[in-house]
Amino acid sequence: MAKPANTDPAEWVDRYGDYLFRYAMLRLRDRSTAEDLVQETFLAALKDFGSFSGKSSESTWLVGILKHKIIDHFRREAREAPLGENDLREHPDPSSFDGSGHWTSGPTDWGGNPADLYREKKFLDQLTKCLSGLSPNHANAFTLREIEGADTGEICKVLNVTETNLWVILHRARMLLRRCLETHWFQKRTGEGS
Amino acid sequence: MLSCKDVTKLLSESMDASLPIGKRIGVRLHLLICRFCARYERQLLLIRETVRRLAATEGIPGKTLSAEARERIRKSLATP
Repeated sequence: MAKPANTDPAEWVDRYGDYLFRYAMLRLRDRSTAEDLVQETFLAALKDFGSFSGKSSESTWLVGILKHKIIDHFRREAREAPLGENDLREHPDPSSFDGSGHWTSGPTDWGGNPADLYREKKFLDQLTKCLSGLSPNHANAFTLREIEGADTGEICKVLNVTETNLWVILHRARMLLRRCLETHWFQKRTGEGS
Repeated sequence: MLSCKDVTKLLSESMDASLPIGKRIGVRLHLLICRFCARYERQLLLIRETVRRLAATEGIPGKTLSAEARERIRKSLATP
């Protein structure tokens, strides 16, 4: 079967290495894990080279393999560090509310809603830092839900939790992430008067 | 009557599944009178929107494989 001319594995690293790495970094947040999974992706692709039909582009094919590797990694992390009682406590941020469940200080005003935040490198670095501050299962649940857009049933299987628990996990992840971004990004920015 | 604490939990839940009608109405009514919860919802949605847009791009700009990893991967591909 004739292969498209651009499928020489010797060129893969230069051609797709950084692209796959960025994809992995956004989801894994850890350089050495991301690099390992990129390497595994290339090796799996090499082994599976014969089955590449050329129907999709090479980069789509490689990202597909990487995506599976990332989900396997999440599954492994969930198995190695199952959720503790602490992870499932309903109120991740108890100081935010008083005894009757009202906000004590409440979310602060973030200023206008900058639509281009996703292109702001410094913001993205902060987002990554805030995500890394969550426990792996919380960060992974958030990643699967918001970055991958997976539905909750799928995420429950990967993380091996019930749907009720997943809601608690996602609630907690969102609340802590919001708080972290407020403290380390939005408040600093409004403080600078920008 | 829903408290702010209840509402934050339901707001998160509503981002993953549709709430039963009673709860949905309770949340909407609460948001009409509570600017903090309304703000909380807007901020969660901003985070969602930002992350989704980011996912549709090539990921975090400027990140590249380290020279060491690049070399290691190249070698592993040459001698499988």
